[in-house]
Amino acid sequence: MNYFLTDEQKMIIELAHQVAVEKIAPVTEKYDESGEFPWDIVKILSDSDLFGLYIPEAYGGMGGGVLELVIAVEELSRVCGGISLSLAASALGTFPILLFGTDEQKKKYLPPLAKGTKLAAFGLTEANAGSDAGGIETTAKKDGDYFILNGTKQWITNGGEAETYTVIAMTDKKKGARGATAFILEKGMPGFSFGKKENKMGIRASATRELVFSDCKVPKDQILGKEGKGFIVAMKTLDQSRPGVAAQALGIAQGAFDRSIEYARQRVQFGLPIISFQAVNHMIADMAIQIEAARALVYECSRLIDSGAKDISKLSAMSKVFASDVAMKVTVDAVQVFGGYGYMKEYPVEKMMRDAKITQIYEGTNQIQRNVIAQELIKEQASKK
Amino acid sequence: MNIVVCIKQVPGTTDVKISEKTNTLIREGVESIINPFDMYAIEEALKIKEKMSGKVIILCMGPPPAKEAIKEAIAMGADEGILLSDRAFAGSDTWATAYTLSMGIRKIGAYDLILCGKQAIDGDTAQVGPGVAEALGLPFVAYVRKIEEIREGYIRCDRMMEEGYEVIAMPLPALITVVKEINEPRLPSLKGMLRAKKAEVATWTAKDLSAEPANLGLTGSPTQVMKIFSPPQRPGGEMILGEIDEQVEKLVNRIRELKIV
Repeated sequence: MNYFLTDEQKMIIELAHQVAVEKIAPVTEKYDESGEFPWDIVKILSDSDLFGLYIPEAYGGMGGGVLELVIAVEELSRVCGGISLSLAASALGTFPILLFGTDEQKKKYLPPLAKGTKLAAFGLTEANAGSDAGGIETTAKKDGDYFILNGTKQWITNGGEAETYTVIAMTDKKKGARGATAFILEKGMPGFSFGKKENKMGIRASATRELVFSDCKVPKDQILGKEGKGFIVAMKTLDQSRPGVAAQALGIAQGAFDRSIEYARQRVQFGLPIISFQAVNHMIADMAIQIEAARALVYECSRLIDSGAKDISKLSAMSKVFASDVAMKVTVDAVQVFGGYGYMKEYPVEKMMRDAKITQIYEGTNQIQRNVIAQELIKEQASKK
Repeated sequence: MNIVVCIKQVPGTTDVKISEKTNTLIREGVESIINPFDMYAIEEALKIKEKMSGKVIILCMGPPPAKEAIKEAIAMGADEGILLSDRAFAGSDTWATAYTLSMGIRKIGAYDLILCGKQAIDGDTAQVGPGVAEALGLPFVAYVRKIEEIREGYIRCDRMMEEGYEVIAMPLPALITVVKEINEPRLPSLKGMLRAKKAEVATWTAKDLSAEPANLGLTGSPTQVMKIFSPPQRPGGEMILGEIDEQVEKLVNRIRELKIV
């Protein structure tokens, strides 16, 4: 399908493809086994200028938008959905600064994030605050020109590896959602440490860790947006970042499809390549249909966001739900096409199936996404009368 | 430090076909790449530039599509590129190629170091680099696996030998050809690719080089290709099996039979 990409966008795909095939493919298995953070690949992504795709040139980026980020994440995820996350999760941690930072904050934090010499992370989730972000227990207590943070954030992607953290804490618990505030934190601030590193089913090359605050003293000019606007910061950030998760899912699905069709043409049973059997080639056809539909939705949503549109929640949620459900279905089918081989670690598709699952869960479960979509639909319908 | 890197565009495969009519490689329909050994030369030039500042200039002789190879080098970080292209250059052997490249380098003028890959993967002669140095009257070291020291007017490098290596120092300007042990070539960067897209690659013809026509192309090539053929495959070896004593006995008998000793 022709998505009318510009020459620059095609260049991004070409470059991301080259990095993925030449540099990432040889190490995916190693990092999936060890669960170490792939700093050597992060360095290559940084040297290739892929970290700053969506950041304005004034702050050291390439001046593109969400679509530029999405096509790069998709291409990298085709080869490894875990390693690509170092870049996508840094974008999640960078968006709040990009959207709500003062010029001073942007000048300070964006250039190294655009270059990829530093990574960012976003800290919202806690042990008792997952889908219900209103349950946040981390507090930020005002103390003169400072805020004192206490609490623990859980399952933070790029945790421990990133230098720059956007964290949501309660400055006024009584006000509920209106009592949350976003802060920019730096690794190494006194009272800010890292807890347990998680051992995960998939995306094992990605670091998932606790952020622990114990009397962490933060100057008040580290507030992002305004005091009490933390939830707005979080929600707008997620609206912006969901196509990135969708792109990761899309890439994983495309990678599984690539391997499946290649294998089905080689594998001979009953004297014929298995792709000549309808039972198999219909699965392959269904994969292709779903992937193409997901791509159309993800690109369209990215373009909508890049156009500066305000109401992006619905389409952003749709792109994430659809692409991640497609990734799960396609990777499960890919393992089926490979049969017994597909179940073995020696073959690439079982990892893709493990990597795909998280895309239905994080940055808002697909159930929460459907809530968002339904709410938006109700709003739209109500405003018509 | 100004560095000239000589590169060649070659077929991106080792499975090349030879035209029976002309006894030359059939290039149509085969994807072209920068000669892999030249990638190490480009990388080394960029590393020296990062350390010492200066300019990296890519020089390539070839038909107009070879501009793509130059642009690829610019995407990696080279500053500019020049294509030497003229019908008069067609059919050049290593001597005529070295002469033509040396004329291009003379025209560039200000240079401290010339870098080449040790050889091209299509011709495999390894003669052009040293040939360029001779044509320019410059000192050179071939098969460099490491630059130990480089500064204004001086270079010391390791030449890889079959057993071990030699350390050689020489004054600059000079030429070196590099082996793959020297570094790992980088990928292009997006900024580099955008720059390469816009970059103007100059094309210099025989006239621009003020080259002696008798030294160019087929006319200027002392080499004459009489015939190109694929060598017959070597017959497989013979396995001698059994217990050690048995093997020794069989081997000694075979040697006697074949009258090797």
